[in-house]
Amino acid sequence: MSKVLMKGNEAIAEAAIRAGCLNYFAYPITPQSEVAEYLSWRMAEVNGVFLQGESEVAVSYMIFGAAGAGVRVFTTSSSPGISLMSEGISYLCGAQLPAVFVNIMRGGPGLGGILPSQADYNQATRGVGHGDCRLLVMAPASVQEAAEMVMMAFPLAEKYRNPVMLLGDGLIGQMMEPVEFPDHLKSEPSNKDSWATNGIDHRNGTTRNLVRSLFLDPEALNNNNLILRAKYERMKAEEVRFEAYNTDGDYQVLIVSYGTMSRVCKTAINALKGQGIEVGLIRPQTLFPFPDVAIREAAAKPSCRTVLSIEMSMGQMVDDVERCLHGIRPVEWYGKCGGEVPTPEEIIDLVKASV
Amino acid sequence: MAKLFQRPKSMFDVSTHYCPGCTHGVIHRLVAETIDALDIRGRTVGIAPVGCAVMAYNYIDCDFQEAAHGRAPAMATGIKRVRPDLMVFTYQGDGDLASIGMGEIVHAANRGEKFTTIFVNNAIYGMTGGQMAPTTMPNQRTTTSPFGRKTEEVGMPIRMAELLATLRTPGYITRQTVIKPKHIQKAKKAIERAFVYQMENRCFSFVEVISTCPTNWGMTPKDAVQWAEDVLLPYYPLGDKKTPDREVTEKLVAAAGAA
Ligand SMILES: Cc1ncc(C[n+]2csc(CCOP(=O)(O)OP(=O)(O)O)c2C)c(N)n1
Ligand code: SF4
Repeated sequence: MSKVLMKGNEAIAEAAIRAGCLNYFAYPITPQSEVAEYLSWRMAEVNGVFLQGESEVAVSYMIFGAAGAGVRVFTTSSSPGISLMSEGISYLCGAQLPAVFVNIMRGGPGLGGILPSQADYNQATRGVGHGDCRLLVMAPASVQEAAEMVMMAFPLAEKYRNPVMLLGDGLIGQMMEPVEFPDHLKSEPSNKDSWATNGIDHRNGTTRNLVRSLFLDPEALNNNNLILRAKYERMKAEEVRFEAYNTDGDYQVLIVSYGTMSRVCKTAINALKGQGIEVGLIRPQTLFPFPDVAIREAAAKPSCRTVLSIEMSMGQMVDDVERCLHGIRPVEWYGKCGGEVPTPEEIIDLVKASV
Repeated sequence: MAKLFQRPKSMFDVSTHYCPGCTHGVIHRLVAETIDALDIRGRTVGIAPVGCAVMAYNYIDCDFQEAAHGRAPAMATGIKRVRPDLMVFTYQGDGDLASIGMGEIVHAANRGEKFTTIFVNNAIYGMTGGQMAPTTMPNQRTTTSPFGRKTEEVGMPIRMAELLATLRTPGYITRQTVIKPKHIQKAKKAIERAFVYQMENRCFSFVEVISTCPTNWGMTPKDAVQWAEDVLLPYYPLGDKKTPDREVTEKLVAAAGAA
């Protein structure tokens, strides 16, 4: 397929279909409602399922039911909606079901605003729901990457039997860029017969399958949590993704930034190069698992004196950056969270002030 | 000689954890008998609630999902929309369905989702130790209404069957009970009919079953039956509140009974 110009939200919707996900439940919220609008007619075209639920709470359980029945299923929402889905996300983790959640973040807390933000970093990477649950979290920086990550998310969710979240800021959802989609993938989790409630006859079985998250026996609950923990450790070993930019030569400053914010940082880095100041960038593409090693190694470069965590939040990822540096370099945070994206000029000034 | 009474095939050979005199077990049995009668075990998915019946899957032998408190109708919607060929039922208590899950059941019913809900109304929260439910009777004492339910503060008990029957979307809405043997056959017919409507892909179906909770009502099983009859049944009248097409259903139920 050749390149087409698409809004991020529409590309996410189309990518899910290309990924073989023909089941979508959602509730409208700015700035991601275009996903539902697009899929309301597109799912009909491909004989898929589109249903607008009565609330995000209900939607997260429609996702649970469908995932439990062994099909590919996803939803999209934005910050306050994800808070409402968090109960269901915890249940999905507990019951080990695969599903994809897209959060096109807006500012908060509370109703906040409808402009872009990255203020749900902690919520996404620290588990979202109650209990010891975690998600694999991917953060795209372009419309093309958003589409590619959606296509990766389904097989990853099935590999780990765990929900995967695509964490995009409002700009990713709203901006238009050229995007190219690969061909369709197959549409059902390959391993589903061993666990899904897809009907005993359907899998030619005699014994029933049970999808649950209740373990009243303390040893059984502990064991379930150990199984989940082992999965999260495996994600840390196998799923870390990041981009390193301008890190070959010597730089005095290392920036860690993701999503739309990282693109602004790149513009600043290119401008600073012209002025003889070298700055490296590590852009996490997975926020959980976090690229600890890559950031520590990049910061350990002898020329590097300081590390900047630049985010559209009031300082959330900065805690992860500090954690993985073990104190080898000073870390500073810079960000904004009203919906304005810090400009390249602001970042240039910031870098100059810290060298 | 043919056995006249035996364990339904879709029921595990175990004893239940329910208190003496609790009718959850009887209602389970009616569901299992229906699954057997319609020969649908291989394509049925049950959804267990949060409440005393949280482990219904330990007794009824078919595919099962365990819901969060009140969310069973949303889960059933998810399953049924992606796999319309499956037979899906939710089994929910009154705290589960009429309180925390009110939104989910009303909207699923109004969308006409083609699944079946068995709604067990014992006018109290059983599992958590007898707190007030939306279905608790006026002046009924519970652990959170120690002076009796004050309707001027918390309103009158909600009649779910009547409330859902106001929806314009076609559906089968009925109220039954199993407190006495004479009620049980009627309740069984209603549950069968509810499943048949689903099988025929006709409508959402809802069977409210007035049940007992001797433990949290603080009564003997015998007194509990009496109290249900004297206090609950006058306020929660039995019978169909809504049917999409009675004649056709009658024939289908008769055919299922004959098979
Ligand atoms: C979100 C949430 N809130 C509260 C609870 C606690 N809880 C468990 S069972 C229950 C009441 C169930 O009562 P009912 O639905 O009437 O069923 P019964 O036990 O009477 O059969 C409550 C409040 C919970 N598990 N989850
Ligand atoms: S607490 Fe009440 S509802 Fe629960 S098993 Fe005992 S009698 Fe039945």
